[in-house]
Amino acid sequence: MTTAPALDIRDLRKTYPNGVEALKGISLTVEAGDLFALLGPNGAGKSTLIGILSSLVNASGGEARVFGVPVHARRSEAMALIGLVPQELNLNQFERPLDICINQAGFYGIPRRIAGERAEKYLRELKLWDKAEHSSRMLSGGMKRRLMIARAMMNEPRLLILDEPTAGVDIEIRRSMWQFVQGINRAGTTVILTTHYLEEAENLCRNIAIIDHGRIVEHTTMRALLAKLDVETFVLDLAAHCPDALPAPEGIALRRIDEHTVEAELPRGRDLNGLFAALSAAGIAVRSMRTKSNRLEELFVRLTAPGKEAA
Amino acid sequence: MNAREQWVALGTIVRREVMRILRIWGQTLMPPAITMTLYFLIFGTLIGSRIGTLHGYTYMQYITPGLVMMSVITNSYGNITSSFFGAKFGRYVEEMLVSPMPPLVILGGYVAGAVLRGLLVGAIVLALSLFFTHLTVVNPWVTASSVLLASVVFSLAGFINAVYARKFDDIALVPTFVLTPLTYLGGVFYSVDQLPAPWREISHANPILYMVSAFRDGMLGAGDIALGPAYAVMLGLMLVLGWVAITLLRRGVGLRS
Repeated sequence: MTTAPALDIRDLRKTYPNGVEALKGISLTVEAGDLFALLGPNGAGKSTLIGILSSLVNASGGEARVFGVPVHARRSEAMALIGLVPQELNLNQFERPLDICINQAGFYGIPRRIAGERAEKYLRELKLWDKAEHSSRMLSGGMKRRLMIARAMMNEPRLLILDEPTAGVDIEIRRSMWQFVQGINRAGTTVILTTHYLEEAENLCRNIAIIDHGRIVEHTTMRALLAKLDVETFVLDLAAHCPDALPAPEGIALRRIDEHTVEAELPRGRDLNGLFAALSAAGIAVRSMRTKSNRLEELFVRLTAPGKEAA
Repeated sequence: MNAREQWVALGTIVRREVMRILRIWGQTLMPPAITMTLYFLIFGTLIGSRIGTLHGYTYMQYITPGLVMMSVITNSYGNITSSFFGAKFGRYVEEMLVSPMPPLVILGGYVAGAVLRGLLVGAIVLALSLFFTHLTVVNPWVTASSVLLASVVFSLAGFINAVYARKFDDIALVPTFVLTPLTYLGGVFYSVDQLPAPWREISHANPILYMVSAFRDGMLGAGDIALGPAYAVMLGLMLVLGWVAITLLRRGVGLRS
């Protein structure tokens, strides 16, 4: 077994024929066994990067290696190691889910008997087995997304790339997809995940890179990134109507969200006594309080805000 | 991929193509059967009975090989353009592009599927013709090899068309404005020997003439063109179009950014 990283990218560049420079020299390493988040706003270069890794896009410069195998120079070997769940639906709507999975295995040279067993395994795990012989066009959006994951697993890849797999999927199905992804990651598959649900990345991933304007603007552990967050936001549910004028305790920003909800932003680690004292003095009673969960979102907005483009 | 894996991959594409042909048989197998029955009825029986003989055969017997070849050519071409462009349009061509399959396997799978449809339709048309006339096969090898080569040539041409096509109109243009005129002017319904100069000479620039002639030679022993030049044209076209198709696929023209 090789000790090479699951993904090793050096100075990867892509300029499209229309002159758009989608990647401006990206370098990135994802260790084997990782569950890695790749985040970035729309148009940042994520899909171009994934396109190059899956050989759908030709790089203009630089090199990408998957478990030490160069994607461009040894395409066939590299592709055998990768499973891809693309952002856009790309299923043959006229085929049955079972056939889609078995055919996909066939494209990797996997005999039909083994392909059939794997198709049943992954369609069952993704709760699609009862739809295996239905027409794919009859599946719901969430089912189609899960079918694309099952299809990507047919070659049992060492590196699974999921490009916004939970977009438009309800929370129950999203959670079952998280469980599946965590399960295969525990079993040894390296996973790279792009998502717009930052909570998803925060909950699932150990390491993260943020890409913006074709450059990596952050590449670190999720823990280290979140530690950079120097403010915390709390959501307060009020017992009565929120007055129009809120108190202004020193160093704490209070924001009225609606007539029963207020958000308080205060420096990380600061005690809450001053906040409650000010609220009590203003006659505002707090019924309950919770931490605003999307902490990563705050960092993401800061890192990719206009004017933050890396030089 | 090792050789065994490549065979599995090739078989997967061919199987998928055959399943598609059979799944939509009302679009793939039925229309040529109806159209050719009408040709046999109108040109062969009603009009043909007044034409007399050509090269010693009744008009019906003379046009049957041409109609079979016309069906094979149009169906091979139509199958690969609609199937491969459909995969591009629906983006499920990416299933193959992200796999380790070499370009030659992808091309081979699609061409095999198109050839199978062409030959299946050709067999149906040939079977239907037996309701209207009786046929002999003078040279089975020439008959089989010429129809196979013609099918491969037009499958490759259809693949190139599908690679460049960006919308469904693009795969309809060539059959309408190029393939149909060439087929009708390729000696399906007449012998080019009947044409006056310079049309006889101009007809020799039409590759379909060589295919129809070789196939008719195989079945009836009555071709317009000697077998040597006919095979040279078919093999030459197959090599050139095959090289173009595989080069386009390797470079990812119309498929990879």
